[in-house]
Amino acid sequence: MQAAEGGGVVRERGVAVADPLLDARDLVKHYGGVEALRGASFTAYAGEVVSLIGDNGAGKSTLVKCLSGVERPDSGTVAFDGRPVELDSPVAARALGIETVFQDLAVAPDLDPAANLFLGRELRKPGVLGWLGVLDKKEMRRRAIGSFDDLGVTLQSIDVPIGSLSGGQRQSVAVARSVVWASKLVFMDEPTAALGVVQRERVLDVIRRVRDQGMAVVLISHNMPEVLAVSDRVEVLRLGKRVARFRAADTTVEELVGAMTGALSQEDAG
Amino acid sequence: MTPQRKSLAKRLVGTNTLWIALVLLLLIAVFGALRPDAVLTVFTLQTTLVETSVLLVLAVGMTFVIITSGIDLSVGSVLVFSGVTSAMTMNSLNGGDATNAGWGVVVVGLLVALASGAAWGLLNGLLIAKAKIPPLIVTLGSFGAALGAGQLISNGSNVSGVPNVLSNNLGTGTTFGVPNLVILAAVVTALGALLLGTTRFGRHTYAIGSNEEAARRVGIGVTRHLMAVYLLAGVLAGLAGFMAMAYFRVASVTGHDTDNLNAIAGVVLGGTSLFGGAGSIVGTIFGVFIPAVLRKGFVIVGVNVYWQPIAVAIVLVAAVWFDQSRRKARDRS
Repeated sequence: MQAAEGGGVVRERGVAVADPLLDARDLVKHYGGVEALRGASFTAYAGEVVSLIGDNGAGKSTLVKCLSGVERPDSGTVAFDGRPVELDSPVAARALGIETVFQDLAVAPDLDPAANLFLGRELRKPGVLGWLGVLDKKEMRRRAIGSFDDLGVTLQSIDVPIGSLSGGQRQSVAVARSVVWASKLVFMDEPTAALGVVQRERVLDVIRRVRDQGMAVVLISHNMPEVLAVSDRVEVLRLGKRVARFRAADTTVEELVGAMTGALSQEDAG
Repeated sequence: MTPQRKSLAKRLVGTNTLWIALVLLLLIAVFGALRPDAVLTVFTLQTTLVETSVLLVLAVGMTFVIITSGIDLSVGSVLVFSGVTSAMTMNSLNGGDATNAGWGVVVVGLLVALASGAAWGLLNGLLIAKAKIPPLIVTLGSFGAALGAGQLISNGSNVSGVPNVLSNNLGTGTTFGVPNLVILAAVVTALGALLLGTTRFGRHTYAIGSNEEAARRVGIGVTRHLMAVYLLAGVLAGLAGFMAMAYFRVASVTGHDTDNLNAIAGVVLGGTSLFGGAGSIVGTIFGVFIPAVLRKGFVIVGVNVYWQPIAVAIVLVAAVWFDQSRRKARDRS
């Protein structure tokens, strides 16, 4: 984890005033005849939590998939750190310092928590053994325990397949994996959906802590009080387009719901 | 709170491998008690090991394939094809009959067998990983095609003329009383176990079988990896063909129709899940020896040997049922 570049981010009453870290414009994505994104735009600043909200089918998950390299948009542009980028694979997104907690978690249920934390980034032993591809399981396990400790993730056991853990613990591992590796931006698609009250608070704490380290956190949630509690800004998607933007401190649940359902719209949001 | 590490014993109890090892030991104990004079002898041990060596090499490759949640029905046919191409190459290099050929010819024969296996493995891998055709269908196709191709090349008959130096050394030779064929199978199995259990290649094999989409999203080259796994299974089938040829002194085009099913049964008996993501080479060793010990034991004890497949079937179905209910219990949480 590293601090935000430039440090020129001013967060006054939860609003970032600086060049955007991520600036996606006019993204279009079709699945067959279905238009999931119809010119959607989205902006995120370093050092802020921005929530992306919208009714079911508004295109939130599709937008996150396009911005984390899982799907490629049919058209539109994405700028990251002021430069235009091609997010054509998850690897490309990760190389930019972008990590994602997917709604379906994307963990390997048969592997243990440490193996999942290091999935695709396995540590190898030094020397000839490492060159042969031999894993340094001890070191990965040690670091994983340290990371889980830091993030307040409590697991019954570190040696069992994570499929045998509770839904909340599985989710905690997925969240931990993203924040451990991210250096600039974390997408979290419903990170608290399967969690109990205590674990939910812990994840929100983690989100704030990551934000305070200068990263951008994009939160997708259906829970409006949670959105207002943790976000600095809120962007609203409806029918595949951005229809409104709010400062969390200046808005209400009623206003957010109004924007989501189309009762309220802002001319300049798209 | 730091999560507690379970003791080794506790972790072992939770695995299928332990139970299947106990079943194997129990079988040996029962047959041993019934006929100690015939069962617990060096000769019986040696012949059981030798007869199982070729199948064990096939099963090592099959373990990787099944852990990716795939299947390879083609291994027995690839074994036949590789044996035929290898034997015929050696014959043609030595004027039509390689019986008295030297080591140079044998080495070429080995390379041809491995390359033949590799070619079929690569074809399987391409169709499965790139063209995304289900492994069951792809390898059902190559199961027929590889056998057909082998029979076309050999005109449907066994190929004789296997070099004596090969048969006398690899086929029937021993080192310090241990058959060379068994040593080769043991080395292959040990390397397979290390590759699967300790390396990144092995870790990715498990990850792909456990959740292919998750593996893809964390940047694992799933397509490439699957191709490598089927390639490995093919190369090992080629090696198995070479070993079988050395042992029987002939490249046989018959008698391997059920090698694929025997290998799969061994792997699954050994606790590797047909759903992918879980399994081990150590388990496969136990799994492969259970049918072998049953067959040997029935012969020695005087039970009609046709009971063997029935007994294997019962253990196999029980093993899969056990795996399934364990998974259900786990995923319910």
